[in-house]
Amino acid sequence: MRNFDIEKIRNDFPALSRYVHEKPLVYLDNAATTHKPQVVLDSVADYYRSFNANPHRGAHFLGVTATELYEASRETVRDFINASSSNEIIFTKNATEALNLIAYSYGMVNIEEGDEIVLCISEHHSNIVPWQNVAKSKKASLKYMYLDENHTLDLKEVYRKITDKTKLVSIAHMSNVLGTIYPVKEIVEYAHQKGAVVVIDGAQSVPHMKTDVRYIDADFLVFSGHKLMGPMGIGVLYGREELLLGMPPFLMGGDMIEYVEEETTTYAELPYKFEAGTPNVGGAIGLAAAIEYLSEIGFEALHKHEIELTTYALKRLKELPYVTIYGHKNPEQRGPVISFSMKGCHPHDVASIVDTYGVALRAGHHCAQPLMAYLKAPASSRISFYIYNTIQEIDILIDSLKKVRKWFL
Amino acid sequence: MSLESIYTDIILENSRSDHNRKHLDCANCIERGHNPSCGDDIVIELIIKDGTVVDAAFTGSGCAISQASTSMMIDLIRSKSVDEAKVLADTFLAMIKKIIEEESDLEILEDAIAFKNISNMPARVKCAVLAWHTLKEAIKRKQA
Ligand SMILES: Cc1ncc(COP(=O)(O)O)c(C=O)c1O
Ligand SMILES: [Zn+2]
Repeated sequence: MRNFDIEKIRNDFPALSRYVHEKPLVYLDNAATTHKPQVVLDSVADYYRSFNANPHRGAHFLGVTATELYEASRETVRDFINASSSNEIIFTKNATEALNLIAYSYGMVNIEEGDEIVLCISEHHSNIVPWQNVAKSKKASLKYMYLDENHTLDLKEVYRKITDKTKLVSIAHMSNVLGTIYPVKEIVEYAHQKGAVVVIDGAQSVPHMKTDVRYIDADFLVFSGHKLMGPMGIGVLYGREELLLGMPPFLMGGDMIEYVEEETTTYAELPYKFEAGTPNVGGAIGLAAAIEYLSEIGFEALHKHEIELTTYALKRLKELPYVTIYGHKNPEQRGPVISFSMKGCHPHDVASIVDTYGVALRAGHHCAQPLMAYLKAPASSRISFYIYNTIQEIDILIDSLKKVRKWFL
Repeated sequence: MSLESIYTDIILENSRSDHNRKHLDCANCIERGHNPSCGDDIVIELIIKDGTVVDAAFTGSGCAISQASTSMMIDLIRSKSVDEAKVLADTFLAMIKKIIEEESDLEILEDAIAFKNISNMPARVKCAVLAWHTLKEAIKRKQA
């Protein structure tokens, strides 16, 4: 573990030193996407400058090197989430595409009339809409697990909703609105007893906590590179090899084939069966560089830093009597994501006003409309931290929220 | 861009004002408008008789910009002919897109001219135009 030197870390991220509206940028929208350290930017630029070739095709030097770099990135991802084999790591364009791949190639094939698909009410639209589509097409039913008064998921609710009819459970490890961390290991264990497979949406959790697919015993795990300091346009699907082997391809075309004759085709082996067309090699290389950067800092140091920020932010927000905080009160039980509302002041006005002070936060339904309806809050403001945020930035946020309040008194 | 030029007194006052926020007993033209990026969600209710907007009101929720814009639109179209309401909507939308910039061409919008500067805050343009698009949609459906 490297010594946690926040100044040094901030200097690794060129975007953090920029100004917006003539104020230093205070970037608190990391649950949406994270900034990229110089090593990630360089790795992508170097790839395009020096190699830039289609992997797995042709025998020229550039193509061979691109293949090696692409496959080395896959191995970095495999090691990062502790998968057994790199055959289990499929590169996609983001978490959303990975969820769609599972919905089409696993859901549409294995879910039948009368079966049940179980989700949590706090899912992101990306983990709802594909399942609504499967449920509708296959005449299966969609069931939601609801939250308790702490905005966490009681295991009793898990045991109530997952039944012998459940074929698939899909749940985010961490909510992008509430920051709640869900007991996925227990959920997987119970779902497996009932014969269901479990999809873990790791879009929010993988960047912040050590994720071990074998420890969790997940059947599928998805995440996006861009929330983990990697480039946009690269994501990961992990699938248990025996499940992936039994699934038909999602997209058809070049690179995913073995033999193509006029009428028929045999498909390539894993993982290429699920990677049709020229893949995002630069993205995969950038993601691997981001994982290496993160691993050098280490999850332990990251967690300590994030807990400090979350604890401080919760304390400062609580000082404002007109602020309502959503989610668990205990910073240990949540990720570095805090949603809140301000009395008499709509989240979009909050976001626009703090923006003029350089503060970037998110307002709206956060792509989780069913959750917002359940919380009876059509919209909220959300702040979310990462490796490079500071206590001073939280002070700037609080000062700017006080200024927002003045507009609406 | 200054906040003062967007969150003007007139917009803030209208965002708080509730005088147009109600249901109409005999509304014969009801249209919902939704701005998914922001969560603004309004329903406008109109009573249209012999080509005139006899009365208008709205319900719903959203940011200060969307709520003020809706309420000010309702004030503006009440007792106007449907054709005049359409001209107002087109003028407002043209103002936001900076197609019409002459103050004299915008006079018919009265206080709603206050939204002119919203084009300097692109993320909030949708909030300002929501009510007006909803109105155009309502009229189109009524006349179909
Ligand atoms: C929990 C969760 N799932 C899925 C996604 C979708 O990620 P992407 O847009 O990168 O596909 C997000 C992004 O906000 C998320 O927070
Ligand atoms: Zn709005």
